[in-house]
Amino acid sequence: MADALPMRDTAHRKDAPWLTLKMREAMEAWLFISPTLAGFLIFFVGPLIAVVWYSLTEWNLLTQQATFVGLDNYNDALFRNPDFWHVIRNSVVFASGLVPLNMALALALALALSRPFRGVVIFRTVFFAPVVTSAVAWAIVWKFLLQGEAGFINQILALIGIDGPNWLREPNWAMVAVIVTRVIKMVGLNMILYIAALQAIPRDYEAAARLEGASGWQIFSWIIWPLLGPTTLVIMVITTIGSFKVFDHIYQMTGGGPENGTLVLAFYIYQQGFQFFDVGYASALAMIMFVVVMVLTLVQLALRRRDT
Amino acid sequence: MTASLTQRRVRILNQICWTLALCVVAIPFVFPFLWMVSSGFKSAAEIFGSPSLVPREWQWRNFVDVFNHQPFARQYFNSLYIAVIVTGLTLVLSSLAGYALARMRFAGAALVGLFLVSALMVPEEVTIIPNFFMMRWAGLVDTHWPLILLPTFGPHGIMATFLMRQFFLALPKELEDAGKMDGLSRLGVWWSIALPMSRPALAAVAIITFLNSWNLFLEPLIFVSSLEKFTLPLALSNFTDPYGMPLWHLQLAATSLAVVPILVVYIIAQRQIIESFALSGVKG
Repeated sequence: MADALPMRDTAHRKDAPWLTLKMREAMEAWLFISPTLAGFLIFFVGPLIAVVWYSLTEWNLLTQQATFVGLDNYNDALFRNPDFWHVIRNSVVFASGLVPLNMALALALALALSRPFRGVVIFRTVFFAPVVTSAVAWAIVWKFLLQGEAGFINQILALIGIDGPNWLREPNWAMVAVIVTRVIKMVGLNMILYIAALQAIPRDYEAAARLEGASGWQIFSWIIWPLLGPTTLVIMVITTIGSFKVFDHIYQMTGGGPENGTLVLAFYIYQQGFQFFDVGYASALAMIMFVVVMVLTLVQLALRRRDT
Repeated sequence: MTASLTQRRVRILNQICWTLALCVVAIPFVFPFLWMVSSGFKSAAEIFGSPSLVPREWQWRNFVDVFNHQPFARQYFNSLYIAVIVTGLTLVLSSLAGYALARMRFAGAALVGLFLVSALMVPEEVTIIPNFFMMRWAGLVDTHWPLILLPTFGPHGIMATFLMRQFFLALPKELEDAGKMDGLSRLGVWWSIALPMSRPALAAVAIITFLNSWNLFLEPLIFVSSLEKFTLPLALSNFTDPYGMPLWHLQLAATSLAVVPILVVYIIAQRQIIESFALSGVKG
């Protein structure tokens, strides 16, 4: 090793005598990274700066001119347009329904499937299958199953004497339907993260506790659950952020309706920006979404630091 | 003797109960796929008739009509070739950048890493409006360029970069040093030593990138407007009659055509695919 370095140095000197080894390595590193970095600047940093500027302007559709209007768009969102708070309410309802349901089901499935038994691979494959399926396809099939009277779900409910609601035509039921179908679609992802975490827990812990006479529930609540803490935190934040970003699922299943009952933030941005062409207002909404997600991420980082 | 026998019986009974319970929970995960395929074979009249998983009449014609309703073969091909290009590009770019971040020393490396990682926090909905105007300015609206460029260079590509970086960091350095002493350039070390050792990470990036592109919806919806340029998810949502009502039998037949091949590949390679997601979830 020690005498290899000078050798390499002279070797490089031959083809580029004016460069030191260190400079050459740095130059190569920048070359390696430059496509990614350039794309990042063009398609991410630039647009991020632009959206701040857009959010401070009013866009005239006819002349395609932007006029500076200060914080007007934010004022519109926060104080004037009642739709905004309705949308935020929907997003919060969606998240607070989806996140606990998703995490509880993921953990339950992971506990059941973290040990080998006959058929365990089949079950894991089944519960993960919707994750690889396109959200649009998934939403199409569920929309079909949840049709009013002739829909399959309601026909089954009718068999046991229940008069099912017209799921996707009543705002509250539509929200329930969207949450539940989204959970079924995505729960497999959190399940495998939990399975990985469970399999990393040494078996001895549980065996020792069992020797001491601990019950299954005690082992879970005193040993397993605390050890899953970091994983639970990561899953919670990923799932919460994901729930604020949900778009395709809702677009296909309810179109934000009925009566804006499932109009969530990501959909609202799309609607204002690309259907109503209110670019300034939509950009302000995008900035608000940015702040929400940023705060959630920073909370996660702070919690993780406190934990370790 | 009898005690152990009953104990065994209890255990077997217990296992059967658990398996049955899991089967019940599995219904909403499996049934939609079965119902999708079965309904794809039904006629428009039968589709809302009495529920039966086996169609009374197997209407194969649906799978022909799907291609007459819109240029479905072309749309299928669009999805496929875009996903292949995005996957190829992402593999090359993310492993190059990830290698530099993991192995090469240069001023500002930490800063660049931090800079890039911030992208992971920002949903694409935030930057999609300026990106739209940029693409329109460049004359790329209603082409496939945005569907290739945005996923490759957006948060998803950055995630792939960090996945590769983590993997390179865990590789033993000695082999690479030996390669350097043998006179390999940096690029040579990356290509013939680092990459062959990173097959699991490359596979994970490829799988997740391909699926991400294949299932992409927001970008096609915003950027593409002509039928023959649609990708699959967009095409699927487009099986409607002139009044905008869904043509369920065609829509479900088309959805089956789009979903079943992916499911078959998934079932064959389920272990690899599930591991890929676990890897990206833990490290990304």
